[in-house]
Amino acid sequence: MENNLYLYLLQLGDNALILGQRLCEWTGVAAELEIDLALSNIALDLLGQSNQWYEYAAEIKGENSSPDTLAFFREAHEFRNVQLVELPNGNFADTIIRSVIFDTFHQLLYEELTRSSDARIGSIAARAIKEINYHIRYSRNWTLRLGDGTQESHKKAQNALGRIWDYAFEALTPGPIDRWAFKNGIGPDLDALRPVWLNRMEKLFEQATLEIPAPGFIDRKGKSEGIHTEHLGYILAEMQSLQRTHPGLEW
Amino acid sequence: MQKADIQSLEEAFQERIDKEIKIEPRDWMPEAYRKNLIRQISQHAHSEVVGMLPEKNWLTRAPTLKRKMALLAKIQDEGGHGLYLYSAAETLGISREEMVQQLLTEKAKYASIFNYPALNWADMGVIGWLVDGAAIVNQVALQRTSYGPYSRAMIRICKEESFHQRQGYDICLQLARGSKAQQDMLQDAIDRWWWPVLMMFGPHDSESAHSADSMKWKIKRVSNDNLRQKFVDQTVPQANFLGMNIPDPELKWNEERGHYDFGEIDWEEFWQVVKGKGPCNKERLAVRNQAHKNGSWVRDAAVAYANKYN
Repeated sequence: MENNLYLYLLQLGDNALILGQRLCEWTGVAAELEIDLALSNIALDLLGQSNQWYEYAAEIKGENSSPDTLAFFREAHEFRNVQLVELPNGNFADTIIRSVIFDTFHQLLYEELTRSSDARIGSIAARAIKEINYHIRYSRNWTLRLGDGTQESHKKAQNALGRIWDYAFEALTPGPIDRWAFKNGIGPDLDALRPVWLNRMEKLFEQATLEIPAPGFIDRKGKSEGIHTEHLGYILAEMQSLQRTHPGLEW
Repeated sequence: MQKADIQSLEEAFQERIDKEIKIEPRDWMPEAYRKNLIRQISQHAHSEVVGMLPEKNWLTRAPTLKRKMALLAKIQDEGGHGLYLYSAAETLGISREEMVQQLLTEKAKYASIFNYPALNWADMGVIGWLVDGAAIVNQVALQRTSYGPYSRAMIRICKEESFHQRQGYDICLQLARGSKAQQDMLQDAIDRWWWPVLMMFGPHDSESAHSADSMKWKIKRVSNDNLRQKFVDQTVPQANFLGMNIPDPELKWNEERGHYDFGEIDWEEFWQVVKGKGPCNKERLAVRNQAHKNGSWVRDAAVAYANKYN
């Protein structure tokens, strides 16, 4: 029971951490200073969210664990994020398409989590949803600008959607932990959210003049079994390097 | 305009400066004052933007979530400072696009300090403590600068900078109290940054090309050497508190002067870096150029979309 809650919190925390870490890679090198600041801001929100989920998860785990031990001392297969958030930033269109798919899911999920039977989850989600409402506005607006901007931006956005779409479904496909959470009133029924999410995606991409590709391999098991893309190993190698080299110190 | 008219305008302008009345964008100003300010403010804006790069280098490797968030928030503040400074410079009749082009084509400079590499985590502490510390000494003096928009930008920026400096010092303190490996990291960072930080105050007053006019117009309020002395005086006790060594054998308290004496800066190195031959000049500019180039289709898309629907 507690173990399930712990794993559910890791799903929430790991999605936020890994996407936050990815968005940090844009800092200092985005197309415009305003874009730089916006992406950094979103990354900062996500890192803050991950920290809160990890605080809760660490309390459940006990054994001197902390948000930092969870972030810096787990192996790739122990991470429970969806594969989508691990995908490399690529060009700005890749980043935006990845974000808009994730943000649409994230918003639906957290709206539901504000009503969680677990009060602490509800209060973390209630704070985070305000941030997420901004994230989705940002990624939707850029999806429209890129899809319906110039020929070049359209082509890049279309390519991005083609590459990324296969990774979209994992978040909306319930694994055993999601089912457990739904049964206990902790989290939503993802089977019910999925058509709502898909409908929002279809409408948005249509408006952005982008075509949703036929799905390929969608049976991805990052959050349910810790089976990730090859990218996650590199993300963690970089992120965890100092803590792993000098374990047990204060920084 | 007649020569006599210009002379009387110049006299009136200098009188306002002498009376400590701020010059505002619509006021008449000598062309040289305008140019001098554009140079200084845009250089300052570019420094904020290029200054994001050495710190960005450690963002994805920050050792705790809290440090990562604090570092990200700090870098974001720097980008924000870049934005207000570009806006302040735009009030003088130059566009941000022109200024950015000047940076990318090496016609404008940025603070040389960012041409040094950030090599270990302690650099994030030392950049906050020493680099931001030196910047604050400069910027506090600039809060009283004669040009209104610049002065107001400086007041706002100083508040955030002093927060950054405390954060940086806090990283240093943690490392100083930590393991031998952490203390070594910190000493290594101090050894590499100390002299370049002293160079941030610019050449000796006697050698400074822009100083005389800048002082007369109160763009600059305190001379390079005086600011440098002030920084050394306030920083040495902080280093002592950390139990760290400052890499200057000539550094010692001079009772008679009431100041620290310190060794001579390697001016050859200073000028090399200013001329573009520092350890990371090419790399920093290449990164800025690449980011600008990679972003051009994004900016074009935003414009095309806005034209279609607005």
